[in-house]
Order: sequence, then C-alpha cells, then structure tokens
Amino acid sequence: MSDFQSRVVDLVVIGAGPAGLAAAISAKKNGVNDLILLERNNWLGGILPQCIHDGFGLEVFQEPLTGPEYAQRYIDELKDLKIPCFLNSMVLEVTPKKEVFVASPEGLFCFIAKAIILAMGCRERTRGQICIPGSRPAGVFTAGVVQNLINLKNVMVGRDVVILGSGDIGLIIARRLTLEGAKVHAVVEIMPHTNGLPRNVQQCLIDYDIPLLLSHTVTEINGLNRVESVTISPVDENLKPIKGKEQRIPCDTLLVSVGLIPENDLSKAFGVELSSVTAGAIVKENLETSVHGVFACGNVLHVHDVVDFVTLEAERAGKSAAEYVLGKSQKMDRIHVETGDGIRYVLPQNICTDADLELSIRVLCPGESVSIGFFDDQKLVKTKKFVKVHPAQMIKVKLKKSEIMALKTLKVEVLQK
Amino acid sequence: MKKEIICIGCPMGCYLTIDYDGKTIQNVSGNRCKVGLEYAEKEISNPERTLTSTVRVKNGHLPLVSVRTNKPLPKGRIFDTMDLLAKVEVEAPIKIGDQIVENLFGTGVNIVATKNVSHKG
Ligand SMILES: Cc1cc2nc3c(=O)[nH]c(=O)nc-3n(C[C@H](O)[C@H](O)[C@H](O)COP(=O)(O)OP(=O)(O)OC[C@H]3O[C@@H](n4cnc5c(N)ncnc54)[C@H](O)[C@@H]3O)c2cc1C
Ligand code: SF4
Repeated sequence: MSDFQSRVVDLVVIGAGPAGLAAAISAKKNGVNDLILLERNNWLGGILPQCIHDGFGLEVFQEPLTGPEYAQRYIDELKDLKIPCFLNSMVLEVTPKKEVFVASPEGLFCFIAKAIILAMGCRERTRGQICIPGSRPAGVFTAGVVQNLINLKNVMVGRDVVILGSGDIGLIIARRLTLEGAKVHAVVEIMPHTNGLPRNVQQCLIDYDIPLLLSHTVTEINGLNRVESVTISPVDENLKPIKGKEQRIPCDTLLVSVGLIPENDLSKAFGVELSSVTAGAIVKENLETSVHGVFACGNVLHVHDVVDFVTLEAERAGKSAAEYVLGKSQKMDRIHVETGDGIRYVLPQNICTDADLELSIRVLCPGESVSIGFFDDQKLVKTKKFVKVHPAQMIKVKLKKSEIMALKTLKVEVLQK
Repeated sequence: MKKEIICIGCPMGCYLTIDYDGKTIQNVSGNRCKVGLEYAEKEISNPERTLTSTVRVKNGHLPLVSVRTNKPLPKGRIFDTMDLLAKVEVEAPIKIGDQIVENLFGTGVNIVATKNVSHKG
C-alpha cells in the first residue's frame, strides 16, 4: 500500500461515538499525548445525535440528558484537551503490526501505532438476517434508519406502522412515530418478555396505548410496490409460528428492530479473537483483546443498553491503552471465566490481574429474587442476590482482590431456587 | 381504586401498585426509593412527561435541531405541543439550552434546544 502517507503515533482510536470519545479523553488524561481519533462520519458522537430522547447520563452525570447533549459534553472536553480528530476518515484495514490504513479527504494515510482502541460501535440486524418470507415491497426499514431519517433529516417514513422487536430502540421509535402523527398498530415480540427496559414499555407504549404482542412474530410481508399488510402469528415455546392462528395487520410500513451486531469486520480481519456469544472481542479485564496492545470498548465489544456504561468502559480502555503505551508491566491471563445456566455472557472473559474487578453479566431470562452464584471448581464461593434481573439490563458485580487471589477457576451461574 | 404502573425514574423500572381514592393516595408499594413515590403521586394527581422532539432550522448546517421541555409537561399537553412545534422554524446558529418556545400553553414549561446547530457554510 505504497500510496499511503505513513506516520508513527502512540495511539489510534477508531470510531468517535461515545466510546471513542471517552477512550481518547481518558488516554490523554492518563499520559498519552501522541494520539488521534478517526471517524468515518462528518460528525462526532456516533449514534447519539439521532437519539434525541432523554434518559442518558443518569449514571455519569446524575441528570437525564438527551443523546446530543450527552455527546456534546465529551466533544467539548475533547476540544479542550486538543485531541486531534479526523472526520470523514474511514479505517479500511488494520494489520497485526498495528498499521491502520485510512481513507480521508486529505488523502490516504497509514498510522503505525503502538496501541489501538477499537470503538466502531455496532450495526443493525436486517430483515434478510432474520429471514422473513414474502414480497420485497418498499416500506421495510430498520428502526435505527428511521430514527436517523425522522430526527436528523425530517423525513417521515409512513402512516400505519408495525414494529417487529421490542428492544429499547423499537420502543423509543414507536413513541417517536406516534408523536409525529403515525399510527403504530403493534409492537410484535417473538419472546415471552420484552427486550427493552420496563420504563420504556411504560413511557413509550402504555402511555400511547400501543399494543405489545409478546410471543408473536411477523411471518409474512404482503404488498407489491409498497407494504400493504403484514401477517403475524403467535409462536410456541420453541418460537415456531403456530399454524392456523395467523392474522393480517394492514399497514404501509414495517420496522425491524431485532438487535445490533458489533461492527467487527476490521477486527476479525487482523486476527482479533471474537466471542460467538457477544460477537465482540474476547478481552481481559483491562479490555485488551487477543492482539497485544489492541483494546476494545463500547458496542463493538458487546451491545450496551445504557450509554453511561459505554463511557465508563471506554475510560478504562483509555487508561489501559495508556499503561501499555507507557510500558507498564502486563500480566498473563490466569483465569478463564465460564458461564453456566441462565447466563448469556460475562465480561471480561479472561482475568489476569490480582486487583479488585467488576464483572459485566447478562442473564438469559427475566426473573425476580434471583441469585447468581460464583463457583471455583464446583465449589460455591460467592452468591449475589438481585431483587430483579432482566436480559436488557447489564448486571455489574464487583470482586475483591482477596476473592480473585483465592480463585483457580471461575464459573458464573444462576442458582436454582 | 388500584393502579399498576412502571416507574420511569431510573432503569430499575419498579412495578408500582397505587391504592387511591379520586386524587388521594392511600398507599404506594413496589418502589425502591422516594423518586418512585413522588412519581406515583404525580401519576394520580397530574401526570407529567418530558417531551423531546425536533424543530426546523433555517440556514443551519443541519435541517433540524433537537429540542426538549425544560421540565416535565402535563401529559394532556403533549400532542398540542407537537402541533405547535410543527409550525416553528428557528434561525441558525443555535446553542444547547437556547429557548425555542416560552411558557407552553401557560404551563410555565419552555422548549429548549438540545443540539448546537451552526450557520450553513
Ligand atoms: C439506533 C440506536 C439507538 C440507540 N438508543 C439508545 C438509547 O436510547 N439509550 C442508550 O443508552 N443507548 C442507546 N443506544 C445504544 C447506544 O447508542 C450505545 O450505547 C452507544 O452509542 C455506543 O457507543 P459506541 O461509541 O460504542 O458506538 P457508536 O455510537 O455506534 O459509535 C461508533 C462510531 O464508530 C465509527 N466507525 C465505525 N467503523 C469505523 C471505521 N471503519 N472507521 C472510522 N470510524 C468508524 C462510526 O461511524 C461511529 O461514529 C442506541 C443504539 C442504536 C444503534
Ligand atoms: S422507584 Fe426508584 S429505584 Fe424504582 S424505578 Fe423508580 S426511581 Fe428507580
């Protein structure tokens, strides 16, 4: 790639969403002066400028902010710290030698980095990826695209809408469409529970009398040029549609909001080991991936529901990258964390240091008064009780240095009542 | 009477049960903090919500600016406010916190900008 101008730099941060912003700020504050932030869009803040609803920042700022307001606080700090940031700059490739190839309006660059922070966020799963049969008319969108069109471009997408998927993005877009004058006929969810936060069920659906159909799915999209209706059907316990119970809902628009996938094409291509559960990198507690000096944070690591946790995680990645750049000693992985019954994933997957540590845990099903057990070689060494758990809510559990020192293995499991 | 609602005070989302008579609350259960209690009281006496939306911008680097109410708005005024905002257009530049509409329908609630929009060009 000889057309690329090359430059040596201590740290490259890829992606300037909330994760990249906080990681860059934290790295700088922890002593890295030679760093750059690369962003393919012509704005900073990633997905946040289109998330105009409030509820961001409760954890970090103790006040409910909207997405753009939350992003602006970090953009201001980035500017105050004079961290160089390249917009319209798309990272094309990263090599195991930590060369970062970038296409930008100023030309083609190759940054040869000591350390890299991956903060590329995620993309939405589409209709194709969940295989809904039927015709291919206009009027089928993903929820994030619609949020972008309505909130940034002033483009309305339809009048009569059905939404498939009840995660927070689906719930929030249902309210937004209703406020803008559309009729949302139903939010259809294949699982027996919503994947969104209960507060969003209240303030986005119940407040506006939008029906939530649990254990239902869209089995067919009908219409020639434009969507004319969708066929929905209840599902059995194996999530298979029950024959003969189909029902048609006339509508001109179907929104698909069926989850996010970490944007890891770049990472995979240069050998970063990914988890099949999170679709993000496998990391140690300092958020280092399987490639030395490469760290990951935010939605590219695992899908977060609350942006505050993205920020906190990214601050840790920035600090770890700074320690790496400044040559502080690294320790080896000591324990591989295993997941047992009822647990979808635990992060980090690998533990190496002997210091206090916070685990991020996601459960498989919602439940009340649930205990999570921590096992060392079949022996229960710690239990943590929760009044309520929900797959949409990440659980944080602290382990003390003394507890970690005593461990040889670690398995996390939901305890049977 | 009994009413079951979900507290919107924080991501915990407690399921609250409110026993009330007209506008007088007899008992609230299910809340884990006092924010939930205050929310339950409001839901019975005068439900309020923060409203966020967008307003058109003239000569801005973006066609829209995002906005919010500076404090919760009586629920019954949400759609009136949406109708009103559809007619508003503001001139760039706009800064976060700039007042866009003052004293909505005499409620004392204002609409403020939540995004910086600079002048085009
Ligand atoms: C549609 C949608 C709605 C959401 N709503 C909420 C919500 O209401 N509340 C909440 O708390 N969370 C919400 N989230 C989750 C929230 O967005 C995330 O918690 C947060 O934005 C993740 O931050 P991030 O920096 O990891 O990713 P992002 O915000 O996605 O930022 C990633 C950035 O990386 C850039 N990038 C990617 N690849 C490259 C490349 N090759 N080269 C250069 N740059 C690159 C992207 O352009 C982007 O700017 C939502 C997410 C989505 C997708
Ligand atoms: S009662 Fe308190 S803890 Fe429960 S949802 Fe409301 S604010 Fe959160």
